[in-house]
Amino acid sequence: MKRRNLLVAMAAAFTAGCSKIGDTALFGALVDGAESWHRGLHRIGGARITMAPTYSRADVSPYFRGNGNRTVAGDGYSAAQAEGFSGWRVAVSGLVANPMSLSLDAIRDLPQRIQITRHDCVEGWSAIGEWTGPQLSVILEAANVLPEARFVVFRCADDFSGTPYYESCDLEDALHPQTIVAHLLNGEPLPVENGAPLRLRLERQLGYKHPKYLTGIELVSSLDGIGAGKGGYWEDVAGYQWYAGI
Amino acid sequence: MTRPKKRHALATRIWHWVNALSLIILFMSGLNISNAHPRLYWGEWGFEREKAWLELPRFPGWATIPDYYSLAAARDWHIIFALVFAFGLLAFMLISLANRHFRRDLVTSPREWRPSAIWADIRAHLRLKFDHAGVKFNFLQRVAYGGVIFILLPLMIFTGIVMSPGGEAMLPFLTDVFGGRQSARSLHFIAAWALFAFFVVHVALVLLSGPIKQMRDMITGGREP
Repeated sequence: MKRRNLLVAMAAAFTAGCSKIGDTALFGALVDGAESWHRGLHRIGGARITMAPTYSRADVSPYFRGNGNRTVAGDGYSAAQAEGFSGWRVAVSGLVANPMSLSLDAIRDLPQRIQITRHDCVEGWSAIGEWTGPQLSVILEAANVLPEARFVVFRCADDFSGTPYYESCDLEDALHPQTIVAHLLNGEPLPVENGAPLRLRLERQLGYKHPKYLTGIELVSSLDGIGAGKGGYWEDVAGYQWYAGI
Repeated sequence: MTRPKKRHALATRIWHWVNALSLIILFMSGLNISNAHPRLYWGEWGFEREKAWLELPRFPGWATIPDYYSLAAARDWHIIFALVFAFGLLAFMLISLANRHFRRDLVTSPREWRPSAIWADIRAHLRLKFDHAGVKFNFLQRVAYGGVIFILLPLMIFTGIVMSPGGEAMLPFLTDVFGGRQSARSLHFIAAWALFAFFVVHVALVLLSGPIKQMRDMITGGREP
């Protein structure tokens, strides 16, 4: 029993040391470096656009878990839901020559892409679903993105104790063919827990990069002024990685 | 004047310690990540308890990095040391092909795989007789080291790539090789514990076979017998 206690004490001392190191600025810089290395490796070759795997209808999982906020607080949302989200608008703003405000009908009238993909939560679980919606690239083309834009910020109706959810990605991911603004899941309007009426699909990254209850698409040149500057709600609040392709 | 030959080449020693540190950090941060969703599945998808083939215990703080539950911080450690581990293994493999370490020290012959020969080796080990005439490592050592270097460690890397959505998009055939993402996650977990088992036996045998000399040789290189 004594020997076991010694081993536990050694492990505990080691991890206590690691936890201290984890709080230093140097460690933060190392993480940022490692994150860009992973992103660089995932995009090696450059010319080839890598695609998330797609599945057949038979592979769709019977249940698609809604995680994070599973609805939007407040009467406004339930009223919008009662009206079939007919008044819902998505603003396309920021560094664009042609700012827009798109209704759900306008989203439905754009060319549609259907893709059956796997959703991977950062926690480790997965679900497969069929998503339908226009490619974000089509919307951005219509908005005429200005050359100084480097990132796309997504604004959402749901909030965590008063802070609305937000996320962002770079232009390469925004213009990727599988990046769509989905309004159907498995052929039906999005369930509330999955982000009704609109959810972004950013297929080559983890679940927290797929913002739900989408209300805004904003083009920016830097993420500095967005939240605490790390590019997303969970990035700012809990230190999650901005590049979630890892 | 020629310098006496070292028992362990410099590249082997550097990789051994870098790899040991990487594996300990990856294992302990991995246990923290496991706590985020402590269920394992086969196939592509899984969330419900009913579909899980294994419910994992919650790993205590002294066994995880950091020593409190933080998926984000554990992933930071995992993301840094995944690169150190993978590129370290790649460099070690290339150098060990070039300096003939693999050919000289890890290759086994068909004769040694006969059940009677394996049984004799196991009995000798259980009697704590570790001599191996003429070769650096005996048969069981070569099988254990070879299995770790060529099977378990690459398995960790490739199942890890499948679990990274960006890495999977780069090498999409890998997902099918392992039978789906959740299968890859299960195999990642199983291989991690197989490596832990190797670690325990490895350290125990070092302690039983002259730990001071063994440690000294793995640090300074020692002398070829």
